Amino acid sequence: MKKLISLLVAFLVIGGLAACSATSEEKADTILIGVNLELTGDVSVYGVPERNAFEQAVSEVNAAGGIDGKLVELVIYDNAYDQAKAVQNTEKLIEDGVVAILGSATSGMTMAIAPLAKENGLVVFTPSGTNSAVTMDGTVVNPYVFRSCFIDPFQGQVLANFASNDLAASKVVIMVNNGSEYSKELARIFTEQLNKNGGQVVETASYADSDTDYKASLTSLASKDFDVLFIADYAKNAGLIIGQARSTAGLETVKIIGPDGFEDPQLNDLAGGAQNVSNVYFSTHFSSLSDNQKVTDFVASYQAFTKAAGKEEPASVFAALAYDAAYMLFAAIDAADSTDPQAIRDSLESLPAFSGVTGDISFDALHNAVKPAFLIELNNGVAVNATIVNP
Amino acid sequence: MLEFLNQIINGLSLGSIYALVALGYTMVYGIIRLINFAHGEIYMFGAFAGMLAITVLRLPFFLALIFAMVVSALLGVVIERVAYKPLRKSTKTAALITAIGISFLLQNVTAMVMGNNTSAFPQVFDQKVYDLGGIRINSLQILIFGVTIVLMFLLQFIVLKTKLGRAMRAVAVDKDASVLMGVNVDNTITITFAIGSALAAAAGVLIGLYHIRVVFWMGTAPGLKAFVAAVFGGIGSIPGAMIGGFAIGLMEALVAGYGGTMWSPYRDAVVYLLLIIVLLVKPSGLLGKNVKEKV
Repeated sequence: MKKLISLLVAFLVIGGLAACSATSEEKADTILIGVNLELTGDVSVYGVPERNAFEQAVSEVNAAGGIDGKLVELVIYDNAYDQAKAVQNTEKLIEDGVVAILGSATSGMTMAIAPLAKENGLVVFTPSGTNSAVTMDGTVVNPYVFRSCFIDPFQGQVLANFASNDLAASKVVIMVNNGSEYSKELARIFTEQLNKNGGQVVETASYADSDTDYKASLTSLASKDFDVLFIADYAKNAGLIIGQARSTAGLETVKIIGPDGFEDPQLNDLAGGAQNVSNVYFSTHFSSLSDNQKVTDFVASYQAFTKAAGKEEPASVFAALAYDAAYMLFAAIDAADSTDPQAIRDSLESLPAFSGVTGDISFDALHNAVKPAFLIELNNGVAVNATIVNP
Repeated sequence: MLEFLNQIINGLSLGSIYALVALGYTMVYGIIRLINFAHGEIYMFGAFAGMLAITVLRLPFFLALIFAMVVSALLGVVIERVAYKPLRKSTKTAALITAIGISFLLQNVTAMVMGNNTSAFPQVFDQKVYDLGGIRINSLQILIFGVTIVLMFLLQFIVLKTKLGRAMRAVAVDKDASVLMGVNVDNTITITFAIGSALAAAAGVLIGLYHIRVVFWMGTAPGLKAFVAAVFGGIGSIPGAMIGGFAIGLMEALVAGYGGTMWSPYRDAVVYLLLIIVLLVKPSGLLGKNVKEKV
């Protein structure tokens, strides 16, 4: 009797497995790629353009016949800038049988899903997670995490060089978000590089992520002797800080520099109007001010694509990075001649220098993109100038 | 020294906001012994109402402020009638839990209707900085402080000089006796909610203007801090709430301004630590009456 039951169980299990393999064979003529993005919440301004760019890249590659004759299909989930949801989404994507995951937009979400990706042997390709720890698994590289952007330390370095060389500043004060790894790391690397350049950080003021009132910190900074204010944060806080700085005596016209988190259509509104956003500089991965042919083509095609999709948008840096990430993944799948997640990973790692809309991109040993950076100057809230800094 | 005075001004502006919100907590507690945890959400609602009055109805700022106060007062009345009044005879815990439920409800409905992203509050004034011998005051800070002082005087006038105020004080002292004296207790309680909600809405509009943004969760932290302010001043005491609000605002500004990298990110923790100390040393707060409850 026992034997009969175990035999029955064995049949059921085999039947179940057969059913599984049958469904995955049905999908064999399309390539499923997962997307795990911040489509709502505080940083949806990063997630939404990235989704648009992914969709644009997919529609272009499908129009051109797909990859090795197979059409690409996206499975898109919103993580609402919530780590728990990002992890849930990843579990769902694994169940859906995707071959790789594009996203997330922020370092925090990408780091939340990285362990799961490694466990399941699935590539996670973030367009804009710039924290240096994103591609790391402890002290070694996480073999499954890649990015199409440069990393925070690079930005801190570039910003320090920019302050020393282009702005001729030797004394800098920093505003740091104590609740943000992004912010703290930028400030640390910036300080290191500025000291190397012979400059000095006069004062560092910290605040909590949820703070909305910076008057006290700014008043304290205003009493110091310095040339440049470095706000190491996303626009959500940096916009408010810029606005409040401009109404703080002594900081009305001080030069403000910041990282790529400043790139946000809400920056001017949060700063209380475009008139407050002058003498502001930020580092970024892409600028539509560039007259490079690839850039102008992308700016036009992205605008056309979003218009056709119902909500016309100018091409942002996040869209550009996501577009490059999507094409790099396509190139890797193409080169692998396979949709096996492991083959895709190997092929992505050894991808030769890729010429994208954000510049010539290659990976270093830690899967970080090596590529040029742009420093944008804002005058009355409008980008007026871009200085290119090579790595 | 000048920097210190500038920090005091920063603290007073922030303290004005806390004081306005704390007044609503303390008035409601004084009259029906309920800690109305949905009060922070009224403040948030007021900020949204003010923003919409300016952007959609195109009202000038002061009319928008009054509009937000009136709409929020109505919301306060509806909440009181629908959620709290039926529970007036049940346990305090039941009412408290209902208040927390209302708080979540208001937050989530706002997130649903207005989206869960930050919206920019329209800047209706050109900010000017006045220099008084080194002490620099921003025009918005003057506005916040001015509006707060006017509203506080108005409130003191209503509470101390009008028949309505006398009724409020009577209900606060002894509800049953007030009924016997011919006070309409239900209406008095409703009006107390309306006044408290209007003050919170004013604070919401002012903070929206000052911090340039509104978002659905903006009421949570200030609501808690205003509650701390009310307890600090002595819950149930109107002058206590004012003093408590200003004290918390000043403390926050000083911790943020002088705490250095070490302490300034933890200014909220300092505020809550203060609450614990006050409760240990003087459980009834600065101006609170130490009333023994009969067993």
